[in-house]
Amino acid sequence: MDAFIEVDRVEKVFDVRRRTGFMKRERRQVRAVDSLSFTVARGEMVGYIGPNGAGKSTTVKMLTGILMPSAGRLRVAGIDPSRERTRLAHRIGVVFGQRTTLWWDLPLIDSYRLAHRIYRIPDARYRENLDRCVELLQLESLLDVPVRQLSLGQRMRGDIAAALLHDPEVLYLDEPTIGLDVVSKAKVRGFLRELNAERGTTVLLTTHDLQDIEQLCSRVMVIDHGRLVYDGPLAGLHEAGESERMLVVDLERELPPVRVASARVVRVEGPRQWLAFPAGQSAAPVVAQLAAEYPLVDLSVREPDIEAVIAKMYAEKAVS
Amino acid sequence: MGAGRLYGAVAAGGFRRYATYRAATAAGVFTNTVFGLILVYTYLALWDEKPHLGGYDQAQAVTFVWLGQALYATLAIQGGGFEIEFMERIRTGEVAIDLYRPVDLQAWWLASDLGRALFQLLGRGVVPFVFGALVFPTAVPGDVGRWLAFAVAVVLAMVVSFGIRYLVALSGFWLMDGTGALQALMVTGIFCSGMALPLNAFPGALGEVVRALPWAAQLQVPADVLMGKADPVPAFVFQAAWAVVLLAAGRLVQLAAARRVVVQGG
Repeated sequence: MDAFIEVDRVEKVFDVRRRTGFMKRERRQVRAVDSLSFTVARGEMVGYIGPNGAGKSTTVKMLTGILMPSAGRLRVAGIDPSRERTRLAHRIGVVFGQRTTLWWDLPLIDSYRLAHRIYRIPDARYRENLDRCVELLQLESLLDVPVRQLSLGQRMRGDIAAALLHDPEVLYLDEPTIGLDVVSKAKVRGFLRELNAERGTTVLLTTHDLQDIEQLCSRVMVIDHGRLVYDGPLAGLHEAGESERMLVVDLERELPPVRVASARVVRVEGPRQWLAFPAGQSAAPVVAQLAAEYPLVDLSVREPDIEAVIAKMYAEKAVS
Repeated sequence: MGAGRLYGAVAAGGFRRYATYRAATAAGVFTNTVFGLILVYTYLALWDEKPHLGGYDQAQAVTFVWLGQALYATLAIQGGGFEIEFMERIRTGEVAIDLYRPVDLQAWWLASDLGRALFQLLGRGVVPFVFGALVFPTAVPGDVGRWLAFAVAVVLAMVVSFGIRYLVALSGFWLMDGTGALQALMVTGIFCSGMALPLNAFPGALGEVVRALPWAAQLQVPADVLMGKADPVPAFVFQAAWAVVLLAAGRLVQLAAARRVVVQGG
């Protein structure tokens, strides 16, 4: 497999000095990233999640070359980012949901013209990419509007276009849908999906919105305290987090808790009972047994809340 | 080549950004004219008491005032150029985004600030100066060569001014809140540039010192070049030397600062 991003036992240690009294300072080392290893293939879309302060931003800063790792090896498109930051910069795109690269006082189009110069994009390529972004992100009517007058969603779309005009091979997205309404979120996600499908752009997506991940990424990496605690498909998170699905059944009348193999009753309320069973398991055998042995009227299955799963995962790591 | 076009575009952007705020420009023109009037009458009273103070006659003293008003915003003598925005970007951590681009940070801000300076020279500088020259007797030369030399001196002054403010702005990486540094810049700028009193009127050792500092390259030197009080070549050398020293110092500090990007926006 073509490993496009390679992170091999990377560490980042910060010296933090703290004032402890008059003229007294204490030096302390903070390990923001601790022996982190992963690879991302060209064209993959990977979600990179973790609680605040887990080391996500530090990782992205190292991958873009503005921070040098304290130890370990890092390569993006075969380039050592901190050694050749400028060369790499031509091949990557970065979007921060909470920050903007656009020229605040000037019409949106001016920021694009500037990007044309910054990245030395050939004229024909620039035109083509701009037209495409304008169409897909619906920027047509916004090009002549000063950035300060754009709404958050419009500005976000403007920022995404600015990051893509030079055909980056990899795109780092940090909270690209933060603060957006449902419609804007859908637009941004749809665009990213298409970009990945058509251009094969590798995407590393950092977010707190798990719907972003569910809708875009086949793979998710969870980082906590600078360590990778999960790397795999989103569905597998349930097993890793030992989460459970819930079968809610309505019986004909009030009965004592039912007895079914591989599920346990966690709650009884009149004729309604709640049965929990492992997330990786099918509901069919449980339902079949219930229907055969009990007077079943109705049922529904509730999927575990992925956010709860991850919150539980973070909490466990914090304790251990 | 490509770099030239890039920084040219950045400078053009800097120019147009300031050009969008027309009311602010009009207010600036008004303010500079009023301050010019106040200073002119003060100077006239002073030069009545002390004719030829600092080697200037009354017309030259009046010219100096209007040049000061014309260059006040252009050279951001009290601050108020790119450094406000740059420090804000440092404080919020947005400067990290600037580092993701394949551009040179110092050259980027220099180009942007030169664009701003050029706009403020044309938008805010010309009107008060012309007003002053029409209303008061001034020592404005008719010689084109002098005006060309003056133009060179003003461009060099813009670079020196940038160099000073770039260093002040970078202090934001260590101080986080740059308010104090900006206030120090403001007071030093007014006093050491000759905005309060021409530097050649400063007595003794104090005069020697302020005339050797980089702030002297901002208002005093271009004014003396225009009025024929200084030879252009040594004046340019003085300005260029300070420009080189300040830009080099800015580069060194920037290297150290880049290692601190770490802190914000984690």
